Amino acid sequence: MKFSEQWLREWVAPQLDTQAMADQITMAGLEVDAVEAVAAAFSGVVVAEVLTKEKHPDADKLNVCTVNDGTGEPVQVVCGAPNVDVGQKIPFAQVGGVLPGDFKIKKAQLRGVESRGMICSASELGLEEETSPGILVLPASAPVGTSFRAYMQLDDMTLEVDLTPNRGDCLSIKGLAREVGVLNRLPVSGPEITVVEASIDDTFPVTIEAAEQCPRYLGRVIKGVNVEAETPLWMVERLRRSGVRSIDPVVDVTNYVMLELGQPLHAFDRDNLQGGITVRLAREAERLTLLDGQEVALRPETLVIADERGPLAMAGIMGGENSGVNEKTHTIFLESAFFAPLGIAGQARSYGLHTDASHRYERGVDPELPAMAVERATKLLMEICGGQAGPVVETVSDEHLPAPRIIMLREARLESALSKRLQPDDVTDILQRLGLEVDKQAEGWSVVAPSWRFDVAIEEDLIEEVARIHGYNNLPVRRPAARLALRPANEALLTQAQLRNQMVARGFQEAVTYSFVAPDLQAAMLPDAVSPVLANPISSDLSVMRASLFPGLVRALEYNLNRQQTRVRIFETGLVFNGHLDNLTQEPMMGALVCGGREGEGWNSTKAQVDFYDLKGDLESLLAMGGAQEAWRFEPGEHPSLHPGQTAQLFYNGEPAGWIGTLHPQVRAKLGLKVDAVLFEVRLDVLSQGEIPAFEPLSRYPEVRRDLAFMLKEATPVQALLDCAKTQAGDYLKDIKLFDVYAGKGVAEGYKSIALGLTWQHASRTLNDEEINQLVDSIITNVRAELDAELRG
Amino acid sequence: MDHLPTLVSEARDAIQAAQSVSALDELRVRYLGKKGEVTALLKGLGKRSAEERPAAGEQINQTKQTLSAEIDAKRQQLESEALNARLAAERIDVTLPGRGQESGGLHPVTRTLERIEGLFTRIGYDVAVGPEIEDDYHNFEALNIPAHHPARGMAETFYFDATSLLRTHTSPVQVRTMKSSEPPIRIVCPGRVYRSDSDLTHTPMFHQVEGLLVDEGVSFADLKGTIEDFLQAFFERDDLSVRFRPSYFPFTEPSAEVDIQCVMCSGNGCRVCSHSGWLEVMGCGMVHPEVFRHSGIDTERYTGFAFGMGAERLAMLRYGVNDLRLFFENDLRFLRQFT
Repeated sequence: MKFSEQWLREWVAPQLDTQAMADQITMAGLEVDAVEAVAAAFSGVVVAEVLTKEKHPDADKLNVCTVNDGTGEPVQVVCGAPNVDVGQKIPFAQVGGVLPGDFKIKKAQLRGVESRGMICSASELGLEEETSPGILVLPASAPVGTSFRAYMQLDDMTLEVDLTPNRGDCLSIKGLAREVGVLNRLPVSGPEITVVEASIDDTFPVTIEAAEQCPRYLGRVIKGVNVEAETPLWMVERLRRSGVRSIDPVVDVTNYVMLELGQPLHAFDRDNLQGGITVRLAREAERLTLLDGQEVALRPETLVIADERGPLAMAGIMGGENSGVNEKTHTIFLESAFFAPLGIAGQARSYGLHTDASHRYERGVDPELPAMAVERATKLLMEICGGQAGPVVETVSDEHLPAPRIIMLREARLESALSKRLQPDDVTDILQRLGLEVDKQAEGWSVVAPSWRFDVAIEEDLIEEVARIHGYNNLPVRRPAARLALRPANEALLTQAQLRNQMVARGFQEAVTYSFVAPDLQAAMLPDAVSPVLANPISSDLSVMRASLFPGLVRALEYNLNRQQTRVRIFETGLVFNGHLDNLTQEPMMGALVCGGREGEGWNSTKAQVDFYDLKGDLESLLAMGGAQEAWRFEPGEHPSLHPGQTAQLFYNGEPAGWIGTLHPQVRAKLGLKVDAVLFEVRLDVLSQGEIPAFEPLSRYPEVRRDLAFMLKEATPVQALLDCAKTQAGDYLKDIKLFDVYAGKGVAEGYKSIALGLTWQHASRTLNDEEINQLVDSIITNVRAELDAELRG
Repeated sequence: MDHLPTLVSEARDAIQAAQSVSALDELRVRYLGKKGEVTALLKGLGKRSAEERPAAGEQINQTKQTLSAEIDAKRQQLESEALNARLAAERIDVTLPGRGQESGGLHPVTRTLERIEGLFTRIGYDVAVGPEIEDDYHNFEALNIPAHHPARGMAETFYFDATSLLRTHTSPVQVRTMKSSEPPIRIVCPGRVYRSDSDLTHTPMFHQVEGLLVDEGVSFADLKGTIEDFLQAFFERDDLSVRFRPSYFPFTEPSAEVDIQCVMCSGNGCRVCSHSGWLEVMGCGMVHPEVFRHSGIDTERYTGFAFGMGAERLAMLRYGVNDLRLFFENDLRFLRQFT
């Protein structure tokens, strides 16, 4: 909400400068976002009167005028505005004056005619953003020779407060003034509002069918209004300073009263209404063309103002195009109603609308305000547009009006909540100034919340009010006390931080990519993935939840490749989303991607590019951290994003736990990537599973080592050989090392030579050759039988 | 015997001229060995008279010792020269960079989250996490934000359908924790949150850390103390001014926004703080009784406070990052700055 400081000070006048007042309001919870001068700096502009006007001899569009600027002699000035006329009072920039933008007024010759000054438009004075076509015409009463700034009271500031949704009561000068009054312990008073007695009997019938949503509706007929009348400059100025544009006097008055008191009003053209007004919920298939020209299909939970023929306005939100006031209007029907917040809340948003009225009604407009507002508006309207007012007719359902809220604030509770005992008299004073009816009792204060404070309903609300006005920063500070209770800690579990640090130690940068990705990217990488799709994405590129970390990592790779970063080692942790909403899994994963050189460019580094085994090594280093390597297995597998010959599925105790592989060449091509990349993705829950070390005594007896090389078929995974050897190697096998893999000269086509180093050791005796030989024979026999592989000769 | 001085002088010259340990060894054999020239003189003593013998013997033995000592000295000299030569030959340029993988780094947001978690876990808070696709109940209803509450407009929400959404804050984790455990509760909830907002100062995804403390006798003063301590610890500034501004969140009452003295200009006013000298860094308040009621916590017995902050905002202030969007571009040139 934007408001003029001057306007506020008419209601309440604290001895504070603008900034101090802004700070004070801010610290009371009404955050002042901006403080701006209502007019740019200018000088040398006075109120003047146009005395004569003649056509410029050499220019069709120019006039040569003389003005009386109060200095005595008429001043000749050339003016190009189409609306300049004799007798007008106008803002006149004298020679020597400076207009906004540091525009200096000098004596000039315009097509041979001397011009000493300038008649100004509103935009030239910085009072309007858009370029105005004509000069600003002032009221006839404007005193010639007075400084224009002083006349217009332009030495004023606009304050913009960013109000939280609970403070609908401050969406008016009246509400803000009340708040400033409380803060400064000052009285608050606005213009006197008196009843405008009816001079005609005209009324218009109103029926409320939806009393829950509209407990109170006031209407008044005003006949014979001149809609063509001009809104007075002071009102236009106040509206402008509140960020509201002047439209016509009727709209201006309703806006003015809304800004002043907080009551939204609506004016109908009486002659466009038929039968009577009914306040009811919309009916099936009803449509309404709104003031802004858009036609909406009304939903049955929407409150409307209707006449015999159908809906005229969306109650509390926006009027209809066909029932509003226009230049031909002669009789208006003025609406001043209380719509219950719950009846309006969410409605405007559901139609994509947000208006000053809906903003206020959703937050709560004082149900006691409509009567005052209708009188204020009537008076202002008749002052501007003339006319005769009928009686105000009120339709009300008392049982549906908000019930008075009686709340108890316990002194002990207040003290314990704030850790401070406040003087009871101060508390009483704060509550009373806020407009609460206060009854001080033995254990505290029994209060009745004012009708305008919809946010004051429970004891905590009162505690907040007292704390807020007392000042949060005047309240004590202490540290919470807690019992030092130890909590269980699972030693076997690795933390995400440990896993991340391991990746960092191995040269990876952590990436954070969006959890939503482009559907086409996900489809290209994971054609079978099903994951939730956003109904209202920010863009189609970010519309489907990632089913894997792969798409995000690949995008990050692409981003870096496009920026000459050719060696990429990144990882990410985060949730991936799989399934439909009703069978959704949200699983934490760790993913990584490597691309480019195995080592960074350096004086002694290899030029080799990373491959599968580089990343596998990184992954294995993670698996080793918890000490439960034995639980993990890599098996050849197929994954749509990955090269079918260079992909392993990862199992933890037989349970699928992740994937590692080289990016599939076709996927790579689809994504337009020119380089190879290797990726892995593993479930974080299983990656975190370690085990607690269990000590095994160190043997004092010698180790026995035997090296065996087998000729394995190319297609046989080494894991099979290792498994077979381990099963046959007996209980005393300490270690099995795979120390050579060879294919080529000396090894038959289609085969590879795999060299294993086996180490045995017994805890309590020396192993003899014979028993080792038996074990070795058993390994050789079984490898031959199971894998069809011979010992290398 | 008469040629002993000549022999000594020859031997000395030879020792001094020796170029290697092996040459010295040869000289030792030649002069002092069993068949050596000096040894031979000893053997020749028998030919001398009994009167001459002791003095001559003494003389020869002395010669033997002298030569032996000279050989040892020369040997040491040669060995040390050889070592020096070898060391000189083996000299490397130690200023060349080392071999192997350089270290990577954590994302600045993670770094910030870990730091915040660390500050709180050290004094007894637990870290709690939860799902990111949430339901309306946990994200709104249970937090005292019913369907038509104006506060729903405060956070633009990403929806999947009428009831499923991306959490707009990590508060649902607090709700879940309060439902599943008994006070005292002390948790911090870090994680990704989502709002459908994207411009210079908003990204549709960002990170929050929220905290919750529920116990008997918790007051607004405890909240103030916790927040002040946290901010001063986070920015490592004991004298950092912190102020509490009344505000509104449906799930807390009283509620406050927290401002700190601008860390960029020390409160003198700069572009970052819009020349106000203050920076809004977090929101907080006392848990609203309605939220406790949803979680089945006795509002007469227990009170609590909650707070929440944006990790990116704090990271920007801490590390001087001037563009929020950098956090999600994953540009290695950006990420490497935080290693």
